[in-house]
Amino acid sequence: MRFMYIVTSAHPGPPTPELLEAMHKLAQREIKAGRMLDNGGLMPLAMGAQVRIKGGQLSVVDGPFVETKEVIGGYAIFELRDKEEALASAKEFMQLHKDLMPGWEGTCELRMFAGA
Amino acid sequence: MTAADVHRAILAAWRIEQPWLITSLATMLRDVSLAEELTQDALLAALENWPATGVPEKPGAWLMTTAKRRALDHLRRDRMLERKHEMVAREMETEQQAMPDLDSALDDDIGDELLRLIFTACHPLLPREARAALALRMICGLTTEEIARAFLVPATTIAQRIVRAKRTLSESGLAYETPSGEQLSERLSSVLEVVYLIFNEGYAAARGNDWLRPQLCDEALRMGRVLTAIAPHEPEAHGLLALMELNASRTMARTDAAGEPILLLDQDRALWDQFQIRRGMRALQRAHELGGAGGFYALQAAIVACHAEARTPADTDWSRIARFYAELMMIVNSPIIELNRAVAIGMAEGAEAALAIIDGLAQKPDLKGYHLLPSVRGDLLYRLGRFGEARAAFEAAAALANNKREHDLLARRAAEAARAAMSSQFSPPM
Repeated sequence: MRFMYIVTSAHPGPPTPELLEAMHKLAQREIKAGRMLDNGGLMPLAMGAQVRIKGGQLSVVDGPFVETKEVIGGYAIFELRDKEEALASAKEFMQLHKDLMPGWEGTCELRMFAGA
Repeated sequence: MTAADVHRAILAAWRIEQPWLITSLATMLRDVSLAEELTQDALLAALENWPATGVPEKPGAWLMTTAKRRALDHLRRDRMLERKHEMVAREMETEQQAMPDLDSALDDDIGDELLRLIFTACHPLLPREARAALALRMICGLTTEEIARAFLVPATTIAQRIVRAKRTLSESGLAYETPSGEQLSERLSSVLEVVYLIFNEGYAAARGNDWLRPQLCDEALRMGRVLTAIAPHEPEAHGLLALMELNASRTMARTDAAGEPILLLDQDRALWDQFQIRRGMRALQRAHELGGAGGFYALQAAIVACHAEARTPADTDWSRIARFYAELMMIVNSPIIELNRAVAIGMAEGAEAALAIIDGLAQKPDLKGYHLLPSVRGDLLYRLGRFGEARAAFEAAAALANNKREHDLLARRAAEAARAAMSSQFSPPM
């Protein structure tokens, strides 16, 4: 089963160097184990843009987006046997945040790919 | 959460940690078999304890501590304690006291350790079925029951295979083998063979049966990815991964509602998994970049890629496929490959050209009992309007068919050819 992990947080700052290193190590391990297919950290909102449809109109809004409370920090794509494995893997990933960036709050959402 | 849910959660947490457990223990004990045993022991311990305590915050650390404790017990119990074991036991006791962060020591070595594991499991000294069982156990963390169900043999058979394999490994001193640079490419073909065997076992399994059988494809794909990650300069590792990804991409389109197989040319291509096709194409490109375009697996992948790239059957580049088969023939002189080449030539250049190749194959002893030879011949003859001969060929094929479905299909084609033969007799002269 293919899963996407999406990490969001209301704390917009970048990860600490320790957390970055730990996440990198974990990613390397998961790639070598043949489980992680792709991953990436995303640049800050200020550098992004949104294309929206509202009231039948298409509009472009440049970052930062005032209304946004939760910001997507990064993502990963895994090939795992079942949802239980996905949860165990996500917990391990979030445990790193808890250990290496105390006070940080956020969510790792995991979603199964459709059709996979 | 029900007891079953808890059980599943524990198994999943263990499976996620399993590669690190086994590689750390193998490094420490310099014994892959023993490391595997202790990894399994750790699972049993988790299944005993965690239902009551809950899954710990750091399952990896818990499992590692438990495994190390068992390792020490094991080493102490061993009355024929060699000096190396004594030394290892002492090292471990010191480590135990220091409670080290396991991760740091092993970072650079994980790739090497996984390589050692997979090469040990797939050692040419072991019988092929044993290699497959050991690989699935040690790399993918499958249980004995799961492996047994996947290969449709009793669990005791698999258990025995694994026990005997481990004994062979320790008796021949191969329990902790380091494949060296030059040996690596040589030994790699033995590993790739096992992975491909596992994939084909899963690929051939009908859907709707035990889900575990098609699951073998996923395990093989995973091992393929492991190999490309830990041996990135080996073109045939990328070639095999490409072949498996591209074949697996058709999984959703391969069977109909009744579970009957649908031929590739008849499949709904909208159901082909484009994500997997992209991954397969990228792996194939990597194989080419590494100079491996002419490899056994890379060529087969290139053929499947021709199909994957075609939006419709009519868009298939059959000449290209025929050329790849010709290249394959230079590596493996197999009449079956030549037969496939003939089919491609038939599509690219017409039935006459293909028939010439087929007739050259008719004498080959290898193909005597192979129903596809007269079946292909019948199809070509039919296309050329030689209906009487086509009927005879299809009937011969039906007689050789492996199962009822194939037999019925060929018998229908024979009847069709017979009807066509009769009506062509009675068509008015032009």
